[in-house]
Amino acid sequence: MEQVHSYSSTNDFSRKSVIKRGAVAGFPIFLGYLPIAIAYGVLAKESGLSTFETTMMSVLVFAGAAQLMTAGMFAAGTMFIEIVIATFVLNFRHFIMSMSFMNTTKRFPLKWRFPLSLGLTDETFAVSSLHKEEAEQKNGTYFYATLILMAYIGWIFGSLAGALLGDVLPETLSTSMGIALYAMFIGLLVPSIKKEWRIGLIAAFSMVLNYVFNVIWSISSGWSIVLATVVGSFLGVILLKEEENS
Amino acid sequence: MIMMTIIGMAIVTAVPRFIPAFFMGQTTFKPWVNRWLNAIPFAALGALIFPGVMNVIEDRPLIGIAGGLIAAVIALFNVNVIFAVLGAILTVFLLTM
Repeated sequence: MEQVHSYSSTNDFSRKSVIKRGAVAGFPIFLGYLPIAIAYGVLAKESGLSTFETTMMSVLVFAGAAQLMTAGMFAAGTMFIEIVIATFVLNFRHFIMSMSFMNTTKRFPLKWRFPLSLGLTDETFAVSSLHKEEAEQKNGTYFYATLILMAYIGWIFGSLAGALLGDVLPETLSTSMGIALYAMFIGLLVPSIKKEWRIGLIAAFSMVLNYVFNVIWSISSGWSIVLATVVGSFLGVILLKEEENS
Repeated sequence: MIMMTIIGMAIVTAVPRFIPAFFMGQTTFKPWVNRWLNAIPFAALGALIFPGVMNVIEDRPLIGIAGGLIAAVIALFNVNVIFAVLGAILTVFLLTM
């Protein structure tokens, strides 16, 4: 992720230039989603979903990890209710993320906050959080809307491409794409740590917590991530500086 | 039945996402609550990365770790995040060939 606050010096808040900044911020997510979405499309197709169902899941759910997980569950013939509950557990972390994002964008009217909240994924949330200054500016709504739309389009387009490509892709390549999500998280986190080492402590603490909850205590990975995020972020209460309260 | 499952998934994903849109915003929080909310992105990223990254290739945790380390090194150079993604995919691809 490039240069977190490189745009803050600009004074141009016309709708057009705000949209342009949103597109620039969203473009890495658009590109990063392509391999993951293709991997999902291939997997979903292999587990017996039609091209339409594969693509509609991306349109309606828009949650990478959950979709990859359920593609596997469909293949294993898992029941409706189990898949829905597993999705709820895995995606509940977005509730915590939404609390943080809605606090950043509290100046926006509800007619904007509501659709923006539906577009929150791990990646759109992370990138939006790196561009908090836009929430205080004129036309800030357009910044986040464009960023989210870029990600959404990349996700849907990639899923469709994966469903259509299917078995054209060699298996080792589609398995290798499983690392893409993690690489994106790492790519978003590392530049922030470079600027502020305390952020690294918060992330490391929450990694350790997640390891303890998930691996040692065998809590399901969905709840484990929620718990580690909530508990881990409390370290920020002590570590983060006052000027970071917006 | 598959479409019903997808619609069910959509509902249980959307509801937790939008509920905070209705209750956050009216209230002004104490500074410590703001610091907590500001730390959430970084804690979330940490938890999302580890230990999940070790399961990229089943039973071979070191391959995921290697891919993650390559991504971290590339990210240190402040290039676009897509290069970290491509570098990590290439690493895992070469190690599993």
